[in-house]
Amino acid sequence: MTMDHAFIRQEMVEARQPPRGTDGPIAWLRRSLFASPSDALLTILGMLFLLWAIPPIYNFLIGHAVMPGGTVEECRAEGAGACWAYIYARFNFFIYGFYPIDQYWRPNIVFIMGAALIIPLLIPSAPFKRINALLFFVVFPVVTFYLLNGGVFGMRHVPTEQWGGLLVTLIISLVGIICSIPIGILLALGRQSKLPIIKTLSVMFIELWRAVPLITVLFMASIMLPLFMPTGTTVDKLLRALVGVTLFSSAYLAETVRGGLQALPRGQYEAGAALGLSYWKRTYFIILPQALKHVIPGIVNNFIALFKDTSLVSIVGIFDLLNTVQSASSDINWSSPTQAVTGYVFAAAVFWIFCFAMSRYSLWMERRLDTGHKR
Amino acid sequence: MSQVSETTVERAIDTSQMTVSDTDVAIDVIGMHKWYGDFHVLRDINLRVMRGERIVIAGPSGSGKSTLIRCINRLEEHQEGQIIVNGTELTADLKRIDEVRREVGMVFQHFNLFPHLTILQNLTLAPIWVRGIPKAEAEATAMHYLERVKIPEQAHKFPGQLSGGQQQRVAIARSLCMQPKIMLFDEPTSALDPEMVKEVLEVMISLAEDGMTMICVTHEMGFARQVANRVIFMDQGQIIEQNDPETFFSNPQHERTKLFLSQILH
Repeated sequence: MTMDHAFIRQEMVEARQPPRGTDGPIAWLRRSLFASPSDALLTILGMLFLLWAIPPIYNFLIGHAVMPGGTVEECRAEGAGACWAYIYARFNFFIYGFYPIDQYWRPNIVFIMGAALIIPLLIPSAPFKRINALLFFVVFPVVTFYLLNGGVFGMRHVPTEQWGGLLVTLIISLVGIICSIPIGILLALGRQSKLPIIKTLSVMFIELWRAVPLITVLFMASIMLPLFMPTGTTVDKLLRALVGVTLFSSAYLAETVRGGLQALPRGQYEAGAALGLSYWKRTYFIILPQALKHVIPGIVNNFIALFKDTSLVSIVGIFDLLNTVQSASSDINWSSPTQAVTGYVFAAAVFWIFCFAMSRYSLWMERRLDTGHKR
Repeated sequence: MSQVSETTVERAIDTSQMTVSDTDVAIDVIGMHKWYGDFHVLRDINLRVMRGERIVIAGPSGSGKSTLIRCINRLEEHQEGQIIVNGTELTADLKRIDEVRREVGMVFQHFNLFPHLTILQNLTLAPIWVRGIPKAEAEATAMHYLERVKIPEQAHKFPGQLSGGQQQRVAIARSLCMQPKIMLFDEPTSALDPEMVKEVLEVMISLAEDGMTMICVTHEMGFARQVANRVIFMDQGQIIEQNDPETFFSNPQHERTKLFLSQILH
């Protein structure tokens, strides 16, 4: 019986380039902006919005702004934009707070040291990772403390009440981020533990800290805690805020990490176990590298939130960046209609730079760590 | 079903007489029961595996065959009876569990390679961190086994870049790097494309020829016929029938076995 739809291929079809698409700017415009009447309408509306919004923003920030070197009179003039001269004049205050001016070299060394250590640490191909990490995580904090606090090697003692500005914002967020990683991971593992006591304690800790607003934590730490402590014992205000922020953040991080742990197929745990790897070795070599990689976006989200939340410490009287900006806005020497706004724009810009950098770095890291195993 | 040459068959089936002494017993399962909650998954399992024996476990899905071999390296806990592997009885004692797992390799249906590590790192992780073998030596051993499974050129790739058959061969090599005394195979070819089944079975056959003690849960009846000393048929959590492959396939006794074989051999 012959089938009239029988087919036997005589020649294989060679692979070739896809057909040339309709390229060029005109085609792009048509495809992306004016594909249909409603698209065209949206495009026109969008452009009108930009035309309406951009000029005043430009005029405020640049066009009519008073640049560094300008005077307060110019800022007070009718129709003046941002008063950058004021930011320039009070810049040191925003960076160092009330740190004694003649001692600025100490925080400066800290800034330089921090940058010199963290940049190679973040570049995967940079050499001496082990020493670099040791210096950054162990030596750097100790040196920073003695440098800023003083009281040794003939350096004047500078109490933490005088630390401030970006310096304090960076200290709180760096300490918070670095300390909350190990605590958060341990809590996440504890929450998955088969041992009931460890599991219960982890759950209790996480749920307690997650259910309380950070402001409450900070208030408790700075006002309530001293009441419970025996008279005479004082714990530094900055230290209390550091502990509060760290524990708060680690509870959030724990839940993010738990998400990563749960996303791993059970086979990964089993394969590790079947090879005879102990719990901690399994966790360290197999589970965590994969789980953490899965949740990089979530972890960075936590870090960005933490970085911005540090501004809440201003409420318990710590002079972080936002608090210095806020208190400088009552500086009569520079009082002008745009003084406060300019300060907040500056603070927002500084926060944005750091958060955007974190976000971009994490995206890049995610792509780098991808070993192409999407299942 | 894959075809393997007749000569391989003859070499593989080695029915030398074995004298029973304690040191010859690789695995001893005595009156073992297991429950998942209220569900009685394994019922009165008695199974003695001698060194060098090659056992194939067959049965319908849900019959408990995978659960049984997962009890042997304690990926699952049993609640009653005894499991003695290489003379060590499995209890809740973590030390004993580690001892058993060091000597028992396992190959999974879904390979379970570590996707964030290269093939070579997959193979050397356990030898370095469980056995404490120096890195260079572990890598040499790893390359030896990669050559044995015929993919040494893939050593520096990641698992995601390999085909299913290659991944499963890597998984076998990974187990072998620990120099196990016993190998467990949990449906090693079930997740593979048909064209890749043969390359994995060939590796398993060559292992059998070397005298490895093997327990394989598999639906590859051709493999069972060629390699096994014994075929065990399970249903509803119990061993229904066991026999040498010749008799098992040509003259099954139990009704359930007959039904099963009539369903899968056509």
